[in-house]
Amino acid sequence: MTIQETIVSSETKPASLLRSGLTLNDHRNLMLQRTKETGFYDGLEKLEFKESDPIGYERIFSKLRAGLVNSREVAKKIAASPIVEQEGELCFTLYNVAGDCIATSTGIIIHVGTMGAAIKYMIQNNWESNPGINPGDMFTNNDCQIGNVHPCDIATIVPIFHEGNLIGWVGGVTHVIDVGAVGPGSMSNGQIQRFGDGVQITCRKTGVNDTPLRDWLHESQRNVRTPKYWILDEKTRIAGCHMIRDLVEETVREEGIEAYEKFASEVIEDGRRGLTSRIRSMTIPGKIRTVAFVDVPYSHEDVVVPSPFAKVDTIMHAPCEITVKPDATWRLDFEGCSRWGWHTYNANPVAFTSGIWVMMTQSLVPTERINDGARYATEFRLPKGTWTNPDDRRTAHADAWHFLVSSWSSLWRGISRSYFGRGYLEEVNAGNSNPCNWLQGGGINQEGEIHAVNSFETAACGTGACAVKDGLNHAAAIWNPEGDMGDIEIWELAEPLLYMGRTIKTNTGGYGKYRGGLGFETLRMVWGSADWTMFFMGNGYMNSDWGLMGGYPAATGYRFEAHNTGLLERIQNGQSLPQGKDRDPGEREFEKHLGADAQVKRDKQCITTEAIFENGDLYLNYLRGGPGFGDPLDRDPDAIEDDLNQNFLLPEFAEKVYGVVISQNKAGDWSVDRQKTAARRLDVRRERIARGKPTQQWIEDERQKILDKEASLQVQQMFASSFRLSEKFLGEFKTFWDLPAGWDLKEEDLGIPMFGAKHHMDLSELPDVHPVIMTEQ
Amino acid sequence: MSTYTKKQVSDLVKGDLDWDTLHRMLSMPKDKERYSHYISVLQEQVDWDDRIILPLGPHLFLAETGEDKSLVTKCECGYEYGDYQKNWKLNALIYVRDSEEKMQQVYPKLMAPDTGWQVYREYYCPSCGTMHDVEAPTPWYPVIHDFQPDLKAFFDWLDLPAPVNA
Repeated sequence: MTIQETIVSSETKPASLLRSGLTLNDHRNLMLQRTKETGFYDGLEKLEFKESDPIGYERIFSKLRAGLVNSREVAKKIAASPIVEQEGELCFTLYNVAGDCIATSTGIIIHVGTMGAAIKYMIQNNWESNPGINPGDMFTNNDCQIGNVHPCDIATIVPIFHEGNLIGWVGGVTHVIDVGAVGPGSMSNGQIQRFGDGVQITCRKTGVNDTPLRDWLHESQRNVRTPKYWILDEKTRIAGCHMIRDLVEETVREEGIEAYEKFASEVIEDGRRGLTSRIRSMTIPGKIRTVAFVDVPYSHEDVVVPSPFAKVDTIMHAPCEITVKPDATWRLDFEGCSRWGWHTYNANPVAFTSGIWVMMTQSLVPTERINDGARYATEFRLPKGTWTNPDDRRTAHADAWHFLVSSWSSLWRGISRSYFGRGYLEEVNAGNSNPCNWLQGGGINQEGEIHAVNSFETAACGTGACAVKDGLNHAAAIWNPEGDMGDIEIWELAEPLLYMGRTIKTNTGGYGKYRGGLGFETLRMVWGSADWTMFFMGNGYMNSDWGLMGGYPAATGYRFEAHNTGLLERIQNGQSLPQGKDRDPGEREFEKHLGADAQVKRDKQCITTEAIFENGDLYLNYLRGGPGFGDPLDRDPDAIEDDLNQNFLLPEFAEKVYGVVISQNKAGDWSVDRQKTAARRLDVRRERIARGKPTQQWIEDERQKILDKEASLQVQQMFASSFRLSEKFLGEFKTFWDLPAGWDLKEEDLGIPMFGAKHHMDLSELPDVHPVIMTEQ
Repeated sequence: MSTYTKKQVSDLVKGDLDWDTLHRMLSMPKDKERYSHYISVLQEQVDWDDRIILPLGPHLFLAETGEDKSLVTKCECGYEYGDYQKNWKLNALIYVRDSEEKMQQVYPKLMAPDTGWQVYREYYCPSCGTMHDVEAPTPWYPVIHDFQPDLKAFFDWLDLPAPVNA
């Protein structure tokens, strides 16, 4: 945590906003200093208020928490965007004066950290002097270089005053449908730098006297494709923030300012202790190593970007060492991550660290008491220059989720080893899916208006398997645990895309003793648009999840789109139509119901940029499954029979992977022969032993491939990028493979553009800019 | 604080626990004595007498073995992978799915990774053929040493005596 020692400014020093007479920056610095010196938040070795008046303390917490949740539920009804109204992509959070979260609502709670970072940025960069912080002000932020996840998450931040003194802040965020990036849709492709990533607003004062400023309203609406949704989202955020501000004022009237201010610090120390208590009660001290990858296949002809240096295939890499310490704090070290890239999948450290709590609230801290205390109990190390801590101010972040969710999946897998070791099997989760595809696009919609879409059906992917049960089918996404695919009728109103079908996606859950939850698929036909484009956004060449303790990863993604389909004629003629079930992509079922001249793209290229779609064209939205747990040979034959009869599993893979002997009766029902299966499974074990090779022997073979530089360009680029940033990672790699001392792998030798690798310029190099740094780097 | 019987923990391990109890386990603070019940249940499931210290997977354990009470990683079938501080995978069998043909033995066409980007590495017990782990890294990736527990600190947390060789 950096301390911005002195603010050098030519501005006239304003009167203090605090009763103490301190500047906001000095106030925060003192708090950080006390925390550092004592190990307790703000030096609070004792929780005097909580201990002397526990009921009063709980009364304040309950009132604030209930009010935050209530405000979110009320405010979201103002929004028209299905992303907010249907999927609940919003969140409200209350902060103390220093910008540390006290309590938050339900929803996309990653923004506990991102809005807090924006407040800290204002504090650290002397906003109280210019533009000034006054009662009735509103500030808007979506700047990814301050900590925002991606530009489409727009935050409204409102200061809260009592008798002329600042006593806290409230922030509200919504995921808007479009921010005017090069590509339409909230998490688009096509742009490769910040300068095409959509409008970015840096803690700008956008309202005074509780009224949005007219210049802001006029400017912001014309910077996006979907102004009606934009304005209603803005009203949603303002309404929620003002409800919560009223609630705080009421709480202060009832409980007194002294009690409120004590609470606003103690609750964070309480949160810090809460995390260490959970770590001690649920995990095992020691080191856990894990790793995640995701594909960035940009050399393909269907990825059109403005700059030639971005036209390379790369792999994003996130190794992590989790150290659970004997004092029940922990450290997450991401040494060895690959460099940021010329795409929209980069992430700010705050987005990464704050997002982890979204995952942890689903396992380690499943409590309503999530606040910044958990962050104070955690050491994060995100090396500078990596994809999650870029050292260049040009980076784009529109789909930071592409790798954030993938890298978190590995953490879930890692920490589950602890739960398993202690017998808390109910908490084990093999990981999360990479929740995608993101169906996006835009143009002129069925209402004749300029429009952009981002289907949030992906909020309901398959979940990872547990150690005692299967993952849930089409149920959730890690970034928004509400889990809702949205109503077909609402999506058809919002998008010029008719549903030809929506059905569970066969064979997508990772195999295992307990299988991952299955994803689902929807086949959409373009209908009623004037000019329309769409593109794909997901993983295809690689998996993001792995499976746990013998379970397999989930199925990877693939792309299906069809043009010149002849469907409009087939509808007129009453002929058969593709209806949404692509049961086995190798069978090409959809193509049997298309015209002879249809142009079909069916491949692994799951990232594309805008392609023209005419009315009658098709787009398959395939939402992924989750990873499996345990050896598939341990799966109960009854469960396999159910999977077959519900069309969750292809018979071929029931036989090959689960080792069952199956038959189908005349009615089409599958059954598993238990006796033959037991014998067959013994054979599978023998086959494994026969085809397996001693790992040490395999290491020799693989080592030779490394010495021969025998690997695809993208694999070599990934390693070279990580080696450049981490001598430690290079050293460990060489030690493991017993490589000669002089062995190295440099990007320079790969014959691909390496813009940004050597020459870059960090945000901190701008004049009068003091970035907020909350992680070791 | 909820507490659970050994029978309930046994049902949990078998995957047979009733939903109400499972839900209580999920929603209530954790029961510290779970570890002891769990180890006791697992100990009854294995055919050998070595003391289970820590389960690493459904069929893989960290166990205290022999007269010298050395700590090893051990399969349920009895096969030993060596010192617990070493990566057990290095003494397992490995099978790498590094071609489209091998990948299509486990997933349909288009639904498995492209092996130019990612491979599956399956680790089998050399004795019983149990698949203890599947890694899904890029080619060239070092074998992951998943977990190195600090046993002394762990047993301190549990308020139990640590294994002598921890």
